This record gives sequence, structure tokens and C-alpha cells, in this order.
Amino acid sequence: MALIDIRNICKTYDLGDVKVNALCGVSTVIDKGEFVAIMGPSGSGKSTFMNILGCLDTPTTGKYLLDGVDVEGLSRDDLAELRNKKIGFIFQGFNLLSRTSAIENVELPLIYAGMSSRQRRDLARQALDRVGLANRYNHLPNQLSGGQQQRVAIARALVNNAEIILADEPTGNLDTKTSVEIMELLVTLNQQSGITIILVTHEPDIALYGRRKIRFLDGSIVEDV
Amino acid sequence: MINISLTIRIALRAIKVNKMRSALTMLGIIIGVSAVITMVAVGSGAKQRIAEQISSVGSNLLMILSGTTTPGGVRMGMGTQPTLTFGDAQAIQRECPSVQYVAPTHGGAAQVIYGNQNWSTGITGTTPDMLYVRDWGLVSGRNFTDDDVRSAAKVCLLGKTVVDNLFGSVNPIGEVVRIKKVPFTVIGVLESKGQSPTGQDQDDVIYIPITTSQKKIFGTQFPGMVRIIMVKARSTEELSSAEKEITELLRQRHRIGPKQENDFTVRNLTQMMEAQEQSANVMTLLLGAIASVSLVVGGIGIMNIMLVSVTERTREIGIRMAVGAKTWDIRLQFIIEALTLSMIGGIIGIIFGVAVSEALSYFSGWKTLISPFSIALAFCFSAFVGVFFGFYPAYKASMLKPIEALRYE
Repeated sequence: MALIDIRNICKTYDLGDVKVNALCGVSTVIDKGEFVAIMGPSGSGKSTFMNILGCLDTPTTGKYLLDGVDVEGLSRDDLAELRNKKIGFIFQGFNLLSRTSAIENVELPLIYAGMSSRQRRDLARQALDRVGLANRYNHLPNQLSGGQQQRVAIARALVNNAEIILADEPTGNLDTKTSVEIMELLVTLNQQSGITIILVTHEPDIALYGRRKIRFLDGSIVEDV
Repeated sequence: MINISLTIRIALRAIKVNKMRSALTMLGIIIGVSAVITMVAVGSGAKQRIAEQISSVGSNLLMILSGTTTPGGVRMGMGTQPTLTFGDAQAIQRECPSVQYVAPTHGGAAQVIYGNQNWSTGITGTTPDMLYVRDWGLVSGRNFTDDDVRSAAKVCLLGKTVVDNLFGSVNPIGEVVRIKKVPFTVIGVLESKGQSPTGQDQDDVIYIPITTSQKKIFGTQFPGMVRIIMVKARSTEELSSAEKEITELLRQRHRIGPKQENDFTVRNLTQMMEAQEQSANVMTLLLGAIASVSLVVGGIGIMNIMLVSVTERTREIGIRMAVGAKTWDIRLQFIIEALTLSMIGGIIGIIFGVAVSEALSYFSGWKTLISPFSIALAFCFSAFVGVFFGFYPAYKASMLKPIEALRYE
């Protein structure tokens, strides 16, 4: 069964006078273990698509089945739980909590999953070890380099055994060398743990890491290879 | 939902991050709570003082004054006519079932001499029951007896002020003082009662048998005439029935026709003082209410800061939502933050309020009374303020859209 099954979704933003179609008639299927790169110019709808995939936003029309569950009609709290259990996010700007140590940042999804503090500690350590930050548990974000911060974010995405990692321009704020390291880490996670990775990027050489490429233009998929 | 202790830790961290701001926010609550505690302490101190004065005068008291007559159309003041007699007092004791004790008085001011000291004071001739009427005990010596009254014995009880002024450190029991040149043996010293509700020194008094006063000190043209009859009712509930019984009895004894005015006045002292107590209650309430306003203002301060905090931390809220925080997770986080601010403020405010009350009574001599109730009330109120004023910002935070919150700059 497809992990992500999107059928003819549209997203319309109502800006008062005008209605903007950010997405229109998008259908696609993403299977477990895929590594998909999503490309397209700004305003093409790829971010909106990612938000819908990540259950941060809901489509105006159309159907989105996540692991067989129809997202439509779920409450805020149901969506929050879905995000907590199935989806890990990686952002361009890392989005770590400031003044909060690396390990506490990684623990965050586990807190909302209602896990005990000892369990949280253990899982967060394991996740940080996996991304190569074994000696940085108690560093604050501002004591870490950009690459390290992104690794913390990846650890946070991993920690609750998410099936999907949604990465929105994960290398946008990083230099080339660090970008390569981060991408290789994602590739490893995809290949070794079978985590589905969906990546939004501008850069063609980053997109090359994906085994499948989806190109957006003006709210529709124009290329899917 | 995530556990509370963790939420408290998150809240404490947020408070620690903005130390200055948190301190200033708490200051509002601190001032509010300490104002409530201080004001209520001042109010209940005043109330207690009045209650003490009431009990010092004696409880369930009625006072019967002689007079007002209207000779030839000229209305005279109370006490101008000697209409009450010793017989009236005895009749009241005998015939009014609601009355417990009766003490007629007769007296005036006179110079008292002991050795080379002299002192001008009020001499009150009365019966032994006076001490029961006024709930007044003796520090030393004994009360005079009905025999002393019958025989017009020259014995006296001295108030503390009189003792202090005449005797200094000498034990007055058994000593002889001269009142209007008549020698009296001191047989007892009264307990100190302090000031009366009207500010008179109740201890500046000498009690002598009423007959002695009438016959030997303040002679009277009407034998048996008394100035005031003090009456103690059996209970507070029986005060008004006692008043009625006395009025009827005296009208009958004085042969006052149905349409004629009384030639005496019955005053309910307890009622008068209860009115004062009530006004002290109102004052306490008023002071407390005014102080509560500052607590509410402090609460608005918390709300203000929490709103700023929610706006500032929109991104954090977005992150938390993205990784799975539910509506109540976010809401609780902010409510507990507000609650923590207000409760810490409340505790400091209580300490501060108690200190201010103590300082106030120490430096200004006002009596203050800090009741555990007012402390508990102030604390609960500050907690309530935290929840009440924290809820809206928390609600606002929980209703943010995750994507918008994440994108917030």
C-alpha cells in the first residue's frame, strides 16, 4: 500500500479580494522507502504541497491518504498526533528551540508522545549518536555550527521512529561541504532504515540525491521521473 | 497530554530567561497581594480593637438615664431630674425576667487624697453587682458586699489609674484614702480596662457603696435618688425584651399616663457598639476591595506580558506544534507560566504584606491583625488571577496555525 496517496488535491488561499490557487489538481503516490526530490521555482506550490504532506495544512479539495488514513476531517489534535508519530520535519532554518540543549530539542517529540523521562533520554541519545553528535548532547543551538544544528534537527525528526522525513530546503543555509554531509546522512537513513524522505530543493545537484524527481510549476506537477 | 511537572519546568525556564520582565510582572501581583493583606490586617485590627472595647464596657448592657422632664414647657436634658430611685433598680432586678444584673449608680467628681498625693476622679456609688454588670474583675482585694451597702460602709474599690496616681508602687489594699475629707478603706483594686469606645479612661474611677455616696459624699435632696441604672441582660437575644420590660415597669412605677413621655431613657450600649463594629467591618471590606483592585491590575500586567510572550515565541509554538504538541499542551504551558508568575508573586506578596503590617503596627501603633484566612484568600486570589489572565494568551497561542507559526519572523 502506498504510504502517501494524494488524489487531485487543490489548495486555494483566500486573500480577501483575490483567490490564489497554490495547488491545483495534484495527484501522486509515494511509496515507503522512496527518496523524492521536489523542485520548482518559488511560488510553484512545492511548499504548500510539503505543508499538506506534513499535515501542517489541509487541502481545500481532494483526498490525502497518509498510510491509508484519510486526513480530511481530522481534528487539530488528531493531526498533531499524526505528525508526532509518523512525520519528522527538517527545515531550512533548523527551527530548534533556542536556549535549549541539543538533547532536549531532540526529546521534544517524545515529550508530546507522553514518554517517561528516562525513555526520552535514551532515545534522544541514540538519535544524536546516529547523526554523529554523540559528544554534543548538552550544547545549546548557538554553540553548534549550522551543519551540527541541522543534524540535531534530523535527530529530532528521527527520534520518534518517523516513517517520513520532510526536508524543506535542508541545505539552504549550509555551505557546500556541509550540505554534502547532510545529504549523505539523509541517504544513509533512507537506505539503511528505509525511511521515506521527501526533499524540497532549489539546487539541482542536491536534487540528484533523490531517486525520484517531482517538478512543480504554477501549482501543478509538470514532471515526475 | 504531557505531564504537569514537565510543563512547570518549561514555564520556570521561560520565566528565568526573562528575569527582569518576570520580576516586574510579579511586582504587580506582589503589590496587589501585600496591599490586600495589609489593608485587611489594618481593618480587622480596628475591628478587633472595637470588639475589645465592647467587651471592656461589658456585654449586653442597657443604661437607664433619669430625666427629661418638661417643667412649664421647658424641655430639660437627660439626667436633669432625679426620677430614678434605688427602689426602681431593685424592682427591675425583681420583676424583669430578661435582666441578669442591675447596678444603680450615684456619684460625681471629687478630690481624693492619700498621704501627700491627691487626684481628682469620678466617684461612683453603686452596688456589688456593678462588677458583674461590667464583667469587671479585681486584681487584688475583694468586692464590697450588700452589707457594706446597707451599712453605708466607708470602703472603696480603686481603678488602676487612680492607684497609679495616688499610690505609685505601694500596695493600696487596707490603706486609707480621703474622699471629700471622708476616710475610706481601700478593699480592692480593679483590673485595667483601658479606653472606652468614646476615648475615656475607664480606669480613672473609684467605686463606693451607693448608700455611702448618697449619704456621706454627694448628699441629695431626694433620698434614694440614683443617676443611672446599669443593667445586664441575660443574653444578646434578650436585650430588646429587657428594654421593653424595663420601660413598662418604670412607666408603671413612675405613674406615666399612656400619652405622656417617659421621664427616663433606656439606652442600648451594646447596640451602639455593635454599630461601630459593623462600620469597622465595612471599612475592612472597603479597604480589601480597594486593595483587590491593585491585584486585578497586577493580573492585567500578567496578561499583557503573556500576550507579548506568546507573540515573541510564535515560532517556538510552531515548532512544538509541528512535532506533535496538542491544543492543551500549548494551552497548559502558557497557563502554567502565568500561574507560576502569579503564585510566586503571591508568595512574595504574602511575606511582604505580613512584614508591612507588622511594621505598620510597630511604627504607627495601629493595631493590625493578620488572619490566616486573609493570607489563604490572597494566595488563592493570586492563583485565580494567574489562571484567569493567563487563559486568553494561552488560548491565543493554542489557536495559532502551525504553518503560520513556523513561518513567523
